[in-house]
Amino acid sequence: MVRPLQMQMTHVRRGVLDGFIAPLLVLNALLAYSFLYLPIAVLVLFSFSASRYASIWGGFSLEWYAKLFHNPDIAQALLNSLLIAAATTLIATVLGTLAAVGLERVADGRRASHYDAALTLPILMPDIVQGIALLLFFVLVFNGLEYVLDWRPTLGRTTVIIAHTAFAISYVAVVVRARLSGMDKRLEEAAMDLGANEWQVFQRITLPLIWPGVLSGGLLAFTLSLDEFVITFFTSGPGATTLPIQVWSMVKRGVTPEINALSTLMLLASIALVTLSVVLQRRR
Amino acid sequence: MAIWCLIPPAVWLGLFAFLPLGIIIVISLTERGSPLAWQFTLSTYARLADPLLLTVVERSLWMACATTALCLVIGYPLAYFIVQQRARVRTWLYFLTLLPLWANSLVLTYAWMVLLRVDGMADQGARLLGWLGTHESLNWLYTPGAVIVGMVYWYLPFMVYPIYGSLEKFDWRLFEAAQDLGATRVAAFFKVLLPLTWPGVLAGSLLVFIPAVGNFVVPQFLGGAKAALIGNVIQERFLSQPQDWPLGSALALVVMLVISLAIWAYFKFARAGDAVG
Repeated sequence: MVRPLQMQMTHVRRGVLDGFIAPLLVLNALLAYSFLYLPIAVLVLFSFSASRYASIWGGFSLEWYAKLFHNPDIAQALLNSLLIAAATTLIATVLGTLAAVGLERVADGRRASHYDAALTLPILMPDIVQGIALLLFFVLVFNGLEYVLDWRPTLGRTTVIIAHTAFAISYVAVVVRARLSGMDKRLEEAAMDLGANEWQVFQRITLPLIWPGVLSGGLLAFTLSLDEFVITFFTSGPGATTLPIQVWSMVKRGVTPEINALSTLMLLASIALVTLSVVLQRRR
Repeated sequence: MAIWCLIPPAVWLGLFAFLPLGIIIVISLTERGSPLAWQFTLSTYARLADPLLLTVVERSLWMACATTALCLVIGYPLAYFIVQQRARVRTWLYFLTLLPLWANSLVLTYAWMVLLRVDGMADQGARLLGWLGTHESLNWLYTPGAVIVGMVYWYLPFMVYPIYGSLEKFDWRLFEAAQDLGATRVAAFFKVLLPLTWPGVLAGSLLVFIPAVGNFVVPQFLGGAKAALIGNVIQERFLSQPQDWPLGSALALVVMLVISLAIWAYFKFARAGDAVG
């Protein structure tokens, strides 16, 4: 999401910072950043509180983190989340890259814009609609299997992985397409002229050139899968509790400092992933 | 080769992204069963006219609109402020604005529960300032206001992102030229800057409005029973007793209809903006 710095004309003043507007702008920015970060700060602060109540300070303590590490439900949820995210990343990166490369080849035609629209649909679709659509789909498929094979699968990690890939492919494809459109097509043409076949061109020229895009697309798929809640909620069943689902059921039982500790760790993981993706993008 | 590349993702997305959407339409046309019954009927759509449901749909719409408006009112000046800073500061401020996008949204919403609950930080702060007695509470959690705050918190980065993009690309010499030609700053803003950054405003509004219509996490955590939104009703009709999958599907189609209208309006206004610009 972080764009590279752009060249700018230093001699042109960007708008105005004087008059009565300037203090208002500063005030708005101060309020906005407090608004964005105050709740997070409070959340993190109280994860270190010795008090049983999530909003009363009782001195510094790592008690809640210790409790978290000894909670088998959390360990299982973390394992489920990581497995699902890894499988989603693998499938979505391969299929999303294929889609991007294929679309780039047919990009001249008017049809290309229709393919693009179809590709962005899973990004624009509200998660709740995708969630119930997949729930209905799986239940119908399961009914069919039970009828034909006398065997009924259940919702679990596999259905969540399928559900996550259904939106992650689009994100990967968009990121890889952005990389492809900045690529010098003459390099591919030159390789063709020198006698390489299409597969060789893809493997030796195209893939190495778009590799940073493929990596950051994969990282995006991984992060999105780890954070996904709504679609997972509808497609996971009782056996495949992920970390966000775990947070949901803990919050429904009441606000506790243990949730603060879990939330803090999840925030740290997100920050680590964003930092990694910024570093990857800087490397192009 | 292009065809061979496109077939696997097309089959995958066709099966798991597009076919399921078609199934929603089919199920919305069936009789209520346990949970499914294969008798076709249009009665589900008649049941949508239930005054209770209509109240929820209306509340979802105005809350999504209020969220979009508030995000715009905070987000545009914020993007404007960031874009005026020196390059290094700008990159950092922009990064800080987008960082919450990557945080888990359940966690972000939970943070507001901790702040707003009875005896939470908001109450403690108000007591320190002497606005509240020791055992009084602001009672802010479980109100429609809390839902709007939670949604603005969740979606503000989505608004800043495209607006910042269009301000960044804006040629500021045009702004100076307008002033040189005698326009006041306010006039230059409304006649030059706003029309030329209009695409960013529209894109941001769309990015906020679309997910806000179907959000059910924020009303669940911060809204309580009185502020249930359409997403909560869909979720309950699918996963809680008594189940009613056809009604849930029909409500999901209502969400899709609202969103399609929003996207249609986006393209209409984007084109109108082109004509002005």
